[in-house]
Amino acid sequence: MRAANILQLGIKELHSLARDPRLLVLIVYSFSFAVYVGATAMPETLNKAPIAIHDEDRSPLSMRLVSAFYPPHFIAPALIAPADMDAGMDAGLFTFALNIPPEFQRDLLAGRVPTIQLNVDATRMNQAFVGSGYIHTIIDGEVREFVQHYRGSPAPPVDLALRTRFNPTMTQTWFGAVMQVINNVTMLSLVLTGAALIRERERGTIEHLLVMPVTPFEIMVSKVWPMGLVVLAACAFSLLVIVRGLLAMPIEGSLTLFFAGAALHLFATTSLGIFMATIARSMPQFGLLLILVLLPLQMLSGGATPRESMPEFVQTIMLAAPTTHFVLLSQAILYRGAGPEVVWPQFISLMVIGASFFAIALRRLRTTIG
Amino acid sequence: MTSQPVARITNVSLRYGKTLALDAVDFELPAGCMVGLIGPDGVGKSSLLALLAGARAIQTGRIEVLGGDMAEARHREKIRSRIAYMPQGLGKNLYPTLSVVENIDFFGRLFGQGLAERARRIEELLDDTGLAPFRDRPAGQLSGGMKQKLGLCCALIHDPDWLILDEPTTGVDPLSRRRFWNLIDRIRASRPGLSVLVATAYMEEAARFDWLVAMDAGRILATGSPQELLIRAGTDSLENAFIALLPEEKRHGHRAVAIPPRRAEETHDVAIEANGLTMRFGDFVAVDHVTFRIERGEIFGFLGSNGCGKTTTMKMLTGLLPASEGQARLFGRPVDSNDLAIRRRVGYMSQSFSLYSELTVRQNLALHARLFHVPPEMIEGRIAEMAARFDLGEVTDASPDALPLGQRQRLSLAVAMIHQPDMLILDEPTSGVDPIARDAFWQIMIDLARREKVTIFISTHFMNEAERCDRISLMHAGRVLVSDTPAALMETRRVSTLEEAFIAYLEEAVAQEDTPEPSRRSGTTAAGPVTASDAHGPQKRFDLRRLFSYTKVETLGLRRDPIRATLALLGSLLLMLVMGYGISMDVEDLSFAVLDRDQTTTSRDYVLNLAGSKYFIEQSPLSDYAELDRRMRSGELSLALEIPAGFARDVNRGNRVEIGAWIDGAMPQRAETVQSYARGMHAHWLADQASRQTGQPPPAGPVTIETRFRYNPDVKSLVSMVPAMIPILLMMIPAMLTALSVVRDKEMGSIINFYVTPVTRLEFLLGKQLPYVFLAMLNFLLLTVLAVAVFDIPLTGSVMALTAGALLYVIAATAMGFLISAFMRSQVAAIFGTAVLTVLPATQFSGMMDPVSSLEGAGAVIGRIYPATHFLTISRGTFSKALGFADLQEAFLSLLLAVPVLLGLCVVLLKKQET
Repeated sequence: MRAANILQLGIKELHSLARDPRLLVLIVYSFSFAVYVGATAMPETLNKAPIAIHDEDRSPLSMRLVSAFYPPHFIAPALIAPADMDAGMDAGLFTFALNIPPEFQRDLLAGRVPTIQLNVDATRMNQAFVGSGYIHTIIDGEVREFVQHYRGSPAPPVDLALRTRFNPTMTQTWFGAVMQVINNVTMLSLVLTGAALIRERERGTIEHLLVMPVTPFEIMVSKVWPMGLVVLAACAFSLLVIVRGLLAMPIEGSLTLFFAGAALHLFATTSLGIFMATIARSMPQFGLLLILVLLPLQMLSGGATPRESMPEFVQTIMLAAPTTHFVLLSQAILYRGAGPEVVWPQFISLMVIGASFFAIALRRLRTTIG
Repeated sequence: MTSQPVARITNVSLRYGKTLALDAVDFELPAGCMVGLIGPDGVGKSSLLALLAGARAIQTGRIEVLGGDMAEARHREKIRSRIAYMPQGLGKNLYPTLSVVENIDFFGRLFGQGLAERARRIEELLDDTGLAPFRDRPAGQLSGGMKQKLGLCCALIHDPDWLILDEPTTGVDPLSRRRFWNLIDRIRASRPGLSVLVATAYMEEAARFDWLVAMDAGRILATGSPQELLIRAGTDSLENAFIALLPEEKRHGHRAVAIPPRRAEETHDVAIEANGLTMRFGDFVAVDHVTFRIERGEIFGFLGSNGCGKTTTMKMLTGLLPASEGQARLFGRPVDSNDLAIRRRVGYMSQSFSLYSELTVRQNLALHARLFHVPPEMIEGRIAEMAARFDLGEVTDASPDALPLGQRQRLSLAVAMIHQPDMLILDEPTSGVDPIARDAFWQIMIDLARREKVTIFISTHFMNEAERCDRISLMHAGRVLVSDTPAALMETRRVSTLEEAFIAYLEEAVAQEDTPEPSRRSGTTAAGPVTASDAHGPQKRFDLRRLFSYTKVETLGLRRDPIRATLALLGSLLLMLVMGYGISMDVEDLSFAVLDRDQTTTSRDYVLNLAGSKYFIEQSPLSDYAELDRRMRSGELSLALEIPAGFARDVNRGNRVEIGAWIDGAMPQRAETVQSYARGMHAHWLADQASRQTGQPPPAGPVTIETRFRYNPDVKSLVSMVPAMIPILLMMIPAMLTALSVVRDKEMGSIINFYVTPVTRLEFLLGKQLPYVFLAMLNFLLLTVLAVAVFDIPLTGSVMALTAGALLYVIAATAMGFLISAFMRSQVAAIFGTAVLTVLPATQFSGMMDPVSSLEGAGAVIGRIYPATHFLTISRGTFSKALGFADLQEAFLSLLLAVPVLLGLCVVLLKKQET
């Protein structure tokens, strides 16, 4: 009889969703358009970096250097006077400023090892670091090639053959797309279950349920399964049609395995959504709470920046968050083609986290509405 | 009475989407008298009043009020201080967290009154209404009757010529109602020119008015004095007169409710028994030792005002609320919320309409049948039976939202009855239902009780419904005053109506707790004649008093609801900590492992070169390709190296040799870093190796590049991120707060005060903005201290410039919130809207990660004009680049421009009327 109640109430939940066109639009939007735009808007690691050059040499070599910086990695360099350099960097007009000293070409050819000065605005971490590496390589390459016209240069004795696996061209879009899907799965499952419970409470229908022969356990399960199912379906659509289809990302591992992981993740997040709804007294409080919970869940999961660069204690705390494990298993399965023998620890963790969230939320639900 | 009508309404219609609320209404309202607008809920009374008060924009037709056209903004402005409008809903335009005096004071300021004048008027009004002893009590904690008096005080503070009251007494106990009307009579006596327009659903009240307008379904049924209406309808009561005036098709099938007496030989099984039932919420006693017994088949009524404990008692009986004290028994068994068997014998209909509007009528019935475990084969039959009995046959596939109120109530009852319960608990099932539908509803209940012996426990605040019950309990302030048959109650008190009996019991009960009727002081009047400052004089275009009235309300609201402010302040600190540590660009401690097929000192040396740096941490070595593959797939290794056999030999001989390196590209940003680290280390090792062989310092390349990392010499992520977090947090949270502040006004109804008082749009916005700007600046201070003290980010530039920039920026951010609120109606929408319009532009397009000049497409355009971009420049400039005002002119100029542009847009988009 219990299973029948859960089934009936769950179907009611699906009916409600079908009757709320605005919410449906939001779901479709966040799993199609938002994923696509979010993924493609992400600039490649170095994109149109603003650079200025103060060229005191004005030799063929320095001209050659100036013309070596071009889009998409850099914007065409601005040629400036030395006085403008500080002001321009202060105002943030450019991230990099190169100073090519007078007599640069002559000194170089005479073997006197001239010095080029590179100023980097290090408050723009992202560009500063990768960009200066690029600039080093570009200058070095141009200079070597120039010099080789005049005298031969031996190749280095040991070569380092770097190969990138799993995303050989290091396409940011692929990374961005999957992370968008993961973030939306988390966000939507929290919002849907939480808002569904608060809406029932605000409309008074939850009281109606409680005077019927229905237990809080049944009410909770009947919110968890339909919402989880909807989000899972949206996630599958997004992954197959948008990510694999439109963005042409190769998926390495087993999709079934990934969806099993996503289902476990949803079990944990939908329970968390119920828990938050029992804490918030109104929709606005739920909204503020959502931001406070969602941002850390997303930012610290390892999906935005690598886990290993976080402080030790943050890494430890985030082990209790379902998103950490979900990001780990998604990256392993989708990019690296990992199988169950690799990702089983994440599955176990998600089961434990999900079960404890569910138990805690059920207890709160019993005390707040029972 | 003056001959000039106070309002002339010509051919006025009003639509909400598809619903026609007013249908070509035409009439004139006489001045100087008390006019009643009568009719049940939902016939268009409130819409008409809102149009007359200027709170709602006219769609079609013409309305003239006090000699001018209400469609003209100039005329509305001119007469605003001559009209007072009290909207429907107990204390809807009051601020629940503000005290009595603070509420009245707010309205005084809105009408531009000075301190001394306000103080004098407030004292007079409090004395006249008897609210003086409760002056410091928050409005939210007043009883219904007191809220109405407070609403009246707020309406009368500016000496209006026309008082518009929308259902002022709905849900108020009869004693308070009587006192309220006495108060209105006294006010009218002292101000003979005052015109009053009152809407009411209580027909018995309408008898005391001078002139009546009867409305139904958006149309005027009749106008005239009560006497004229009675004569025209040929009835003895206004309620019956109203029914007689309804169009023929509505009256069809209506007959007076007949109540067969309960037969004496009836068994005396007890169905419900309550013994000393008590419910406390903290210090507040909602239900105080309530005791009663209800027999099987009896119709038992609970009569009392809103908030007297009726609903709480019912919830305890159904097990929804556990009683603090005392016991309740249903069918002889104690109420236990875990007893699912007893729930199957009870049908409950809660006060608010609580069916699923997303399901059709049939789906609702079927869902409830299944949940009550009606055998599946019987469900169809039950649904058909219910549909027939409650006359729902034609609407089974409609959504409950689309049904008129009367049908919805029947559906609620059908749902409560679907499982054939032995008992019905109905909480105010008929509020808002027109008299005909109410009679039909009662006929059904009486049939159930008499024929099927269903016990019915019903609560109501309508006297004529209470008269139909077998027995009633009069409730007041959580206590049952008396329980008996209606006839016996009237007899005991020797009065002719139940209302008078109730009033008599109430007077006895409140004698000790409430203030007595205030004694009339001779000479002064409630809202005495206009003195020194003429409230009706020409109004100023910009008035600081009106502006500060909103500042004060918002400030008090923030102080009394500390959760909001705390969430805002603590939340931003928490987020700054999380993001400061979380969004780290420092890529360190990368794990790598080596497949060393050489195993010589040279190959060891190569590996140590990597492992010794702070960037890489060596993991246990790899033994073959399979292991390499597995460990890379699991994400354990960011880098794997393969050193070929014969590596040392080849290096020594100077043969070309290749080291293989695999990088995990799953995270491109990290892969990029790993790649450049690996290259650097490799070059370093080569140079080192060469110098060791030749014994000379490593030969330099053809050119040296001297890199200076400016502003952040150690290239630390925190120095870059923390000054960037401040603009982001100062955008999201203040915008969220202001957006919610206006939308909450819309949801709660207090936005009416903005619509119908002389306050201008700019005054309203600036007044509301001030406290949030202050809160945001406090937030800024906390964040800056956190940055300097906890994150250890040196503040090298001008503190003044940073603070000034922050001030401009938070003004812009709060204005953003207003801008969003102009489009949103519900709080949820405001939350989503604010999140969408602040989080993405602030984090992605304003230069936190990538400078705006590096962005593509729409993002680049948004980034250039978004205020966060410019404050980010100021924040990073003053924190890390040691800059001051002079260096940041451009950013300041942009912010200076953003503030008037944003506020101007808000003023243009904010509507001074509801549309």
